[in-house]
Amino acid sequence: MNIDKRLVRKDSLEKLFDILKQNSKTIYAPFSKNGKITFKNAESFAGISNGYVQTSESSKDIAFPRAEKILDYSKNKEGMSVKGIDIKDIPDVILWGVRPCDATGIGELSSIFNWDYKDEIYNNRLSRVTVFGFSCNKSDEYCFCTSVGGNPGNTEGSDILFTRLGVEGDFLAEILTEKGVAVVSIASDLFEKSESQGKEKFLAEVKVRFNHEEIREKLDKFFESKEWIDQSLRCLGCGACAYVCPTCACFDIQDEAHGKNGSRVRCWDSCGFSHFTLHTSGHNPRDVQSQRWRQRIMHKFSYMPERLSVYGCTGCGRCSRACPADMNILENLISIQEVTV
Amino acid sequence: MAEFEPKIVAFVCNWCTYAGADLTGTSRIKYATNVRIVRFPCTGRIDYMLLLKAFDEGADGIIVSGCHPNDCHYTSGNFHARRRWIMFRSLCDFTGIDTKRIKFSWVSAAEGAKWADIVNATVTSIRELGPYTEYKKVAKYPEKEVSHG
Amino acid sequence: MVDLIKRAKELIETSVVKVVLGYEQGAGNKTRALFVEKAEDADRLIFDSRCVQNLAAYVTKQEVKEKGKMAIAATLPVMRSIIQLASEFQVNDNNLLVLGITPESKLIEFGNLVEVETFVHQYHIEIDSRNKEMLDKLAKMSQPERWKFWIDELTPCFKCYACRAACPMCYCHRCTVDFNQPQWIPVPSHELGNLEWHIMRAIHLTGRCIDCDACYNACPLSIPINLLTKKMLEDAKEHFGGYQPALKGDHLMSTYKPDDKENFIH
Repeated sequence: MNIDKRLVRKDSLEKLFDILKQNSKTIYAPFSKNGKITFKNAESFAGISNGYVQTSESSKDIAFPRAEKILDYSKNKEGMSVKGIDIKDIPDVILWGVRPCDATGIGELSSIFNWDYKDEIYNNRLSRVTVFGFSCNKSDEYCFCTSVGGNPGNTEGSDILFTRLGVEGDFLAEILTEKGVAVVSIASDLFEKSESQGKEKFLAEVKVRFNHEEIREKLDKFFESKEWIDQSLRCLGCGACAYVCPTCACFDIQDEAHGKNGSRVRCWDSCGFSHFTLHTSGHNPRDVQSQRWRQRIMHKFSYMPERLSVYGCTGCGRCSRACPADMNILENLISIQEVTV
Repeated sequence: MAEFEPKIVAFVCNWCTYAGADLTGTSRIKYATNVRIVRFPCTGRIDYMLLLKAFDEGADGIIVSGCHPNDCHYTSGNFHARRRWIMFRSLCDFTGIDTKRIKFSWVSAAEGAKWADIVNATVTSIRELGPYTEYKKVAKYPEKEVSHG
Repeated sequence: MVDLIKRAKELIETSVVKVVLGYEQGAGNKTRALFVEKAEDADRLIFDSRCVQNLAAYVTKQEVKEKGKMAIAATLPVMRSIIQLASEFQVNDNNLLVLGITPESKLIEFGNLVEVETFVHQYHIEIDSRNKEMLDKLAKMSQPERWKFWIDELTPCFKCYACRAACPMCYCHRCTVDFNQPQWIPVPSHELGNLEWHIMRAIHLTGRCIDCDACYNACPLSIPINLLTKKMLEDAKEHFGGYQPALKGDHLMSTYKPDDKENFIH
């Protein structure tokens, strides 16, 4: 299938933003705060970050919020009344400034939410999202998308993929889905027809660092290895890696009660926390950090490929950038590949 | 429109202030009815988080009251409490919590009249300050369905 | 740091300790913790101005304690943390050996924790000027302005608890947030949950925090939560003359003076 490729002049990006706003679109874009870049509701184009390698947080928050109410309850004379959230209230959102690794991550995250149970709330939120991907013109030492089947100009997961053609250049826009077509139709002047422009020479170079198939095979025999202990000694057991990851989906359900009324809230959780697998009996099958670290790697690189046929990692490198103890997942995977089992 | 009636939560110690409040009643002194009293064995038992929970659940003002220094039924509970309140009140003020809405006092078992005064003064001042909307807005998370940070 | 490497090797080879904890080169330009159990690994030990992670966070970790006696390469903040931990009965001379690194980057080996304490007491805990400025700026704001500042700063927090994990003083096996009967602090990372977590963290660290900035350095979103703990340090100085970690003696918040002064209790 031929992808519809258009040219978007560099000054047209702001115009596109304004037109979308005039059409009452909610736009989540990357902004810098305290030196870190995260996605926020953008009221104006001014201040939107660009030229970064990667945002500090992923954009999964838009479909899988860090905290979301899933129902209200109320006790009265007749019993208990329960009110779910109204799917009609979920807004349409444009996610602006998503890197190809994050866009791929959307598919991987969705596979978890559609495995045996189809998560209606997640699916509804995601269906309202239009993804504006922006290819990578540069990478850093934490990136490894090419080692897990991705690349800096990957179109997977985006509705429109913008690639900057050189420093201060115009953008190649690849219109990939119907949602993308819908956007073009309200701003068609800005999406000019262009002669076929190759994007490869403008993309960042990301060398392949390990063979993910080899690692997957090795992991099958690696469960009892002492490597896990050595690798995880400096892990502090926080949730930073899980929370910034575009494909981590573990969540907790909390009931926030106020007397006879309350709400049930879904919020993020991390398998790295020491109490993550604590049973009410007091038994904890993963009571040592090495078991939790092993779980993280096995889940992403062995269990998910096996059961969901997708990788649990997009090589965005955020976990390693965010980790306070410098647990570098790329290094760990390379060392697993090098170890003889 | 009905005039705003503040909701006040009072954390009091059993041996002094609670007994003092009892005395207020047996002395037939009338005072404002806005206070909900929570009884503790000692002010030293009052956890920091309880004060924040009171605001969480809709209180507009808080009273914390116990035995006078040297009169604590457990000898030194109120001394520990005093030191904690010095630091916690400062921290709350630093984070922008309205510390004008938290009143601390020493009320002994014989000070029935003082208890009535404290309550009346607190209710009057909170009535003037109005409902604690800033905190309520943040605590009413369930009305806002989603948090994107 | 040649002295450190040499001494680490000796300590392992003569079985004085089972493991030496120091810093090594990490990914990119970062440094990370290194656990040396074999003498040859000691060659990876480094020390420079990037080594600010507070290694004392590891001394209370179960997997580390099980290894046996440990030697720790400790800068001044790490030394302070160790003395504070010792005063809370979490470490002692039997399980820890301190290889001190002075502010001038010289190695001193301490015979016992009393010697570490003597060294540490030569220095006072001082809040750095940049943060002092920020504290003053906040003090001058009105209460509603401060509220807005903190709600604005704390709302992006997603409760990863990296601040808690990186702090040597947060070693509770079951943190106050992990209780749900009652649920003291709301778990979800909405405005209320974040605000109450950070307030409780700061008050639980009052009198124990030694101002190492590990919490701020660990935060993936660089939220200035260390301002809260620094404020408590400032207040401790103002109201109670400040505090120093000390092996013997009273802790700021678990003690009192009959003549503690305040102006708000009627």
